[in-house]
Amino acid sequence: MKSYFDLFGVTEEMAEKIMSEALSSGGHYCDLFFQYRSAKNLHLEDNAVNSAFNATDFGVGIRVISNEQTGFSFTEDLTFHSMLKAAKTASAIANSVNSFKKLKFVPKTETIPDYYPILKTWDSVDTKEKMPVLSKINSSVFSLDSRIIQCNISFTDTESKILIINSDGGIYTDYRPLFSLKVKVTAEENNSRESNIAARSGRYGFEFLNEDIIKDISQEAVRRTVDLFDAVKPDGGEMEIVLAPGSSGILLHEAIGHGLEADFNRKKTSLFYNKLGEKVAEPFVSVVDDGTWKNARGSLNIDDEGNKTEKTFLVKNGILINYIHDRISAQHYGVLPTGNGRRQSFRYSPTPRMRNTYMLSGPHASEEIIRSVKKGIYAETFSNGQVLIGAGDFTFYVKTGYLIEEGKITKPVKDINIIGNGPEVLKNVVMVGDDLTLDSGTWTCGKESQGVPVSHGLPTVKVSRITVGGI
Amino acid sequence: MDYEQRYKLAEWVMDYTLSSGADEVGVDLVRAEELDIEFRDNTIDKLEQGIQDLLYLEVYRDNRYSAHKSNLLDKKYLIDFIDNALNTTMYLEKDLFRTLPDKTLYPEKAEYDLQLYDNSYSMLNNKDKISIASNIEKASLSLSEKVIASTSSYSEGCFHLIKMQSNGFRGDKYSTSYSIGAEVTARDDNNDLCEDSYYAHTRFFNDLPSSEKVGKEAAERCLKKIGQNKISSGIYTMVVENSEASILLGMILSAMKGSSLFLRSSFLEGMKGKRVASERLTIIDDPYIRKGLRSNYFDSEGCATQKRVVVDSGILKEYYIDTYYGKKLKMKPTNGERSNILLEYGANSCEELFAKAGEGIFITEFIGGNFNSTTGDFSFGIAGFLFEKGRIVQPINEMNITGNALRLWNNLIEVGNDPFPYSSVQTPTLVFKEVFFSGD
Repeated sequence: MKSYFDLFGVTEEMAEKIMSEALSSGGHYCDLFFQYRSAKNLHLEDNAVNSAFNATDFGVGIRVISNEQTGFSFTEDLTFHSMLKAAKTASAIANSVNSFKKLKFVPKTETIPDYYPILKTWDSVDTKEKMPVLSKINSSVFSLDSRIIQCNISFTDTESKILIINSDGGIYTDYRPLFSLKVKVTAEENNSRESNIAARSGRYGFEFLNEDIIKDISQEAVRRTVDLFDAVKPDGGEMEIVLAPGSSGILLHEAIGHGLEADFNRKKTSLFYNKLGEKVAEPFVSVVDDGTWKNARGSLNIDDEGNKTEKTFLVKNGILINYIHDRISAQHYGVLPTGNGRRQSFRYSPTPRMRNTYMLSGPHASEEIIRSVKKGIYAETFSNGQVLIGAGDFTFYVKTGYLIEEGKITKPVKDINIIGNGPEVLKNVVMVGDDLTLDSGTWTCGKESQGVPVSHGLPTVKVSRITVGGI
Repeated sequence: MDYEQRYKLAEWVMDYTLSSGADEVGVDLVRAEELDIEFRDNTIDKLEQGIQDLLYLEVYRDNRYSAHKSNLLDKKYLIDFIDNALNTTMYLEKDLFRTLPDKTLYPEKAEYDLQLYDNSYSMLNNKDKISIASNIEKASLSLSEKVIASTSSYSEGCFHLIKMQSNGFRGDKYSTSYSIGAEVTARDDNNDLCEDSYYAHTRFFNDLPSSEKVGKEAAERCLKKIGQNKISSGIYTMVVENSEASILLGMILSAMKGSSLFLRSSFLEGMKGKRVASERLTIIDDPYIRKGLRSNYFDSEGCATQKRVVVDSGILKEYYIDTYYGKKLKMKPTNGERSNILLEYGANSCEELFAKAGEGIFITEFIGGNFNSTTGDFSFGIAGFLFEKGRIVQPINEMNITGNALRLWNNLIEVGNDPFPYSSVQTPTLVFKEVFFSGD
C-alpha cells in the first residue's frame, strides 16, 4: 500500500484535503482514482521485429457523486495544487454548500484475492527477450503452408498500478498485468487472396509465452486463413445456427450483456428494464458475468471503484435475476455493487461494464447438437458486434464458419453478418452443449467512447432461428 | 505550461534525443482540453472536464525505428524516458525504409487561414452550455408522449499541436470542436422500445444547429421507427441516407492505404487507373476547406497536403501513401491519410431520389457488421424503411446487406445533392441497384 502512495506522491492527509475540496459544494461521495500505466508494443512486419511503441500514462481522476449525478475531472499533474483544482472542477456537479466532515480513514484489512497470479512481471522482461517469440511465430507460420505471402505480428504487454481512495475511508490498490498477441496472415492461391487473424490475450506474465502458445497460434492463424479459399457465401435469411464453443460468447455480450448494464435500466432505456424475475430462456440456460476467472482478460481483483469482483449470475436456469452494477446503480436499486464499475483510464468516470461473460455448460453433447440441424450455419470465429439497447437488435460478424447440411458440417463459409433481437434469440436457444470454453482473444468492449478488456465464452449452442447475411 | 514553454520543451526533447544518439527525431507535443455534459430527466447526469498534455517521440537510430508516448513532461522524468526510448530502438532489427520524410515535401507558407480555431472558445459559461443540453432534451420530449427518455449532450474541445522534425519541419495547429446531440428512446403501444440519435459536430460554436432542431430531429428519427419489422430476403434498390453513407465509402478509403497494399490485404491492389465504381462516383480529398473537420496544411508526417481527385468518374486515381510505405512499395508518397472527403454531387434531393427509384429500401442506420479489406466482401446489419412508389411505407429492422465492395460501387446509380455537413466525410444520399438484403 505504501509503495502506491509513494508512486503517486500522495499522502492520506493530502487525499483528505483534496476530497474535502471535491465535496465542498455538497456532493455526498467522492473517489480519487490514481493510475500508472505502462504499455509496450513490438511489431513484426516483413520478417523482422522492426518497430516498437511504448506508452506511459500517469494521473488521477476525481469523481464526485451528488444523488445520481456525476461530476468528474482529471489531472496528469499530481501536484497538490493541481489536484485541488481538479477537485474544485468535479465539485461543481453539486450546488449546495455542505461542508465536508473530516475523513475517517479505515484502511481495509481484508485480503483482496489475486485472480491473476504471475511468475514474471512484464517490467522485468527486456525487449530483446520478447523479440524471439515474434520471430519464432513468423517462421512457424511460413513453414506451415507455402501459400502464405505475409505475416504481421503485434505484441503488447501492459502493466497498470491503481490506487483508489474514497470518501468512505476506503483505500484499495491493484496491480493489473495484461498481454495481447495478434497474428495476421495473408495467403495467395490461384490469384485469389485471403487474410485472417489469430489472437491470444490474458492477465498473464512472460512465462505464458511458451513453445505451445507459439505453435498453437501459428497453426490457428494459418488454418483460419487457408480454409477461406474454399469458403462460400450461404443463402441469406432466417435459419438455424450452431455456435461453436469459445468466442461465440459474443452473442451473450451483445444480445443480453449490454442490456443488463444497470445504468441503462436505471435510465429506463434498456429492453430489460423491469424484467428481473421473468423467464427469458429455457431452464438449461444460465449466464454469468465473472470477474474471478483466473488470468482471464476481463478478470479484476477489484473494480475501478474499489469493489470486490464476483461471479454474478445474470440468468439462472432461464430466469433473469441480476443486473450488473456500479456504485450509482447499486445505490439506485438498493443492492450491493457487483464489481462491474469500470473505466478505460483515470481520464474517465466509471460505468457498469462486463468482465468475462459466459453461459454455463448444459445437457447436450456437441455432436448431438450438430446432428439435429438439417440446414444451417456452424459459426466458429467472430469479429465485431453491436447492439441497440432499447430495441434489442444486435449483430455479430462471422469471420469463419461452416455450412451444416443434413446434420453434418460441410463447406466453410466466411464474412457474414448475423442480426437478431436479444430476448428473441435467448428464447430460441434450444440446445446447450457440455463444453463451455472461455475465449482467449483480444476482445475490447466499447461503450460511451471507453474501451475496456473483456472476454466471453459459450459451450456449443443451437439457436433455432436467426437472420444470417448471405447472397 | 503556456505556448512558449511547450515550444521550448519540444525543442529541448528534440535536442536531447539527438545529442544522446538519435540520427533523426520527430516530436509532437499535444494539449487537449475537453468538456462533456450529459443531461437527462431535467438534470445534469454527468459533467466531465480535463486537460491532457502528451508527448509523442519518434526515434530513428542506426536504421532502426521506435515511437513513444508519455504524459510525464517534467524533465526529471523525460531524461529517463528518452534514454529508454533510445535503448529500446537499438534492440530492434534494422529497417532501411525508416526515415523522416523528404524535407522538400514539407509545406511552404500557408495560403490562408483554414479557420480551425473559434475565438469564442471558453467564452460561454457552463450554465449556458447546460441550458443547451437541457433545451435539446425538452425539444425531444415535447414531440410525443411516446418519447420516454432523451439523453442530450454538449461537448467542446480545444486542441493544440506543436510538431517538429529534426530535418527541418516546424508546425503547429490550433483547433476547436463542438458537438451537440441526443439519444432518444420511445415506447410504442405494444410496449416495445426503439431508439435513435442525432448529433452535429462543428469547428465553430455558431455553426451548431439550434438545440430545438437537434432535439426534434433525434426524436423524429426515433418515432418513425415505431412498428419496425423485418421483411423478405431479396434483391432491392438501396437508398442510403447522407449521414450513414460514409461507412460504405470507408471500404474504398481504407483499402487505398499504403499499409494495406504492402501487406497484400487490399482489394484495390493493382487497381490504380482502373474502374472501381460506376462513373457516378467522383471522390475529392480536400484538406483546404475552411472550418473543415480534417482540414490541415500538413499531414501527420508533416508533409504538405494537397487537394486531389482520388476517384474520378469511377476510376481509381490515387492511393494514400506515406513515406515508409512509399519506399517499401517504390511509390511516390502522396499523403498517408485522408483529409476531408467530398463527392461530386448530383442534382436531386433525397425525396427526388425516392421518386426516381420507385421502390426499394432506404437505410438510415448501419448496425455492426464488417468488411474484409483483402477481398472486398462485406456484410452489415441495417435498419431503415421500405419505400414504394417513391414513398416510405414501412419501417424495417433486423436485416443484413451482404456483397462485395467492387460490385456494390459499380452498382451506384444516383448521387444526391445533399452532403451531410457535420462529418469530415460529406456524403450525400446515394442510390445503389441490386443489393442483397437478408431478412425473413
